[in-house]
Amino acid sequence: MNGVHDMGGMDGYGKVEPEPNEPMFHTEWEGRVLAMVRAMGAAGAFNIDTSRFYRESLPPEVYITSSYYRKWFLGLQDNLIAKGYITAEEVAAAHAVTPPKPLKHGKFTVDQVERVMVRGKFGRTPPAAAKFKPGDRVRARNINPTTHTRLPRYVRGHVGVVELNLGCSVYPDTASMEAGENPQWLYTVVFDSAELWGPGADPTVKVSVDAFEPYLEPA
Amino acid sequence: MELRVRALETILSEKGYVDPAALDAIVQAYETKIGPHNGAQVVAKAWSDPAFKQALLEDASKAVSTLGHFSRVGDHLVAVENTPQRHNMVVCTLCSCYPWEMLGLPPIWYKAAPYRSRAVKDPRGVLADFGVSVPKETEIRVWDSTAETRFLVLPMRPAGTEGWSEAQLAEIVTRDSMIGTGFPKTPGAPS
Repeated sequence: MNGVHDMGGMDGYGKVEPEPNEPMFHTEWEGRVLAMVRAMGAAGAFNIDTSRFYRESLPPEVYITSSYYRKWFLGLQDNLIAKGYITAEEVAAAHAVTPPKPLKHGKFTVDQVERVMVRGKFGRTPPAAAKFKPGDRVRARNINPTTHTRLPRYVRGHVGVVELNLGCSVYPDTASMEAGENPQWLYTVVFDSAELWGPGADPTVKVSVDAFEPYLEPA
Repeated sequence: MELRVRALETILSEKGYVDPAALDAIVQAYETKIGPHNGAQVVAKAWSDPAFKQALLEDASKAVSTLGHFSRVGDHLVAVENTPQRHNMVVCTLCSCYPWEMLGLPPIWYKAAPYRSRAVKDPRGVLADFGVSVPKETEIRVWDSTAETRFLVLPMRPAGTEGWSEAQLAEIVTRDSMIGTGFPKTPGAPS
């Protein structure tokens, strides 16, 4: 979706302001939000792509003005309501009032914590041979799906070169919609800055994205 | 926010979805087990051991998993080497993808609009915000983490560190030097 989350190349957000000695969490609730997202994901309530889609789907003014973990909280709550794990009534009451919906992997308990600290595996068996190889010139397709995608707007329509074949991987565009993993080849594609930003761009800059095969066409 | 978060946790707990003690354990694991010290050890080893460095650049997931306690890194780590000819910088313009297992949770600036919007268009301007400058003839390569691949920058080993142990070297490897928005600490400079 063409949301405000897709920020690459936008102007007006000001300077980067590093915070000296930044703590891991600024308040206790931030850690609880992180833990709830990880736990409910591990319990099977949603996959990582769906959780990203719910954060992107927050109203633009909410997305822009919310802290990182506030976005995580709001996305989690919307996601759990939409999937029927909790209800808006329960949120208002601050208590459970309806029976639980069974979780794919059951209740998240202490013995499963080590599992969430290990990074997920996204590689899958390829359904077909890769269409592109390193060195190939490719154009990022001009696609504008209204659902989740990982092809940022700033590369759409532009020509780059395949640098790496990263293997075959879960396809976020369908996984986010719970429409299947639909494995696709994934490539690192490099663009010259002038191709992306026009003649005034810094000629020493190159930018790459990791692009799934359906995002690309031969150029 | 605190009340709203507590309310959601109460609901999840009452419905039997999560054990609150498991949430405590997750927070504790993040607070104690992950952080940039992990990445710093990998960088220090790459600086000290040419065979490891080569293995890291060829297949970072595999190379890092041979170090035993880093097995949690998974399958999708790529290490990119800074050289006098090329400076690498990592961003996630779409959200906040970051090599947690190597660097810990990302700092706020990494997740915020100024960095995400400008890193791909004006990386030298972003580096200037950090007080960092890269020679004008050096190529700047920005890696936008748009899938599940995670990128670790292997910074250049500073001069004046000849003969140092891996533990000494790890001390000068900063988080930002592994994102590409900084350099390792200068040997001998006050920290």
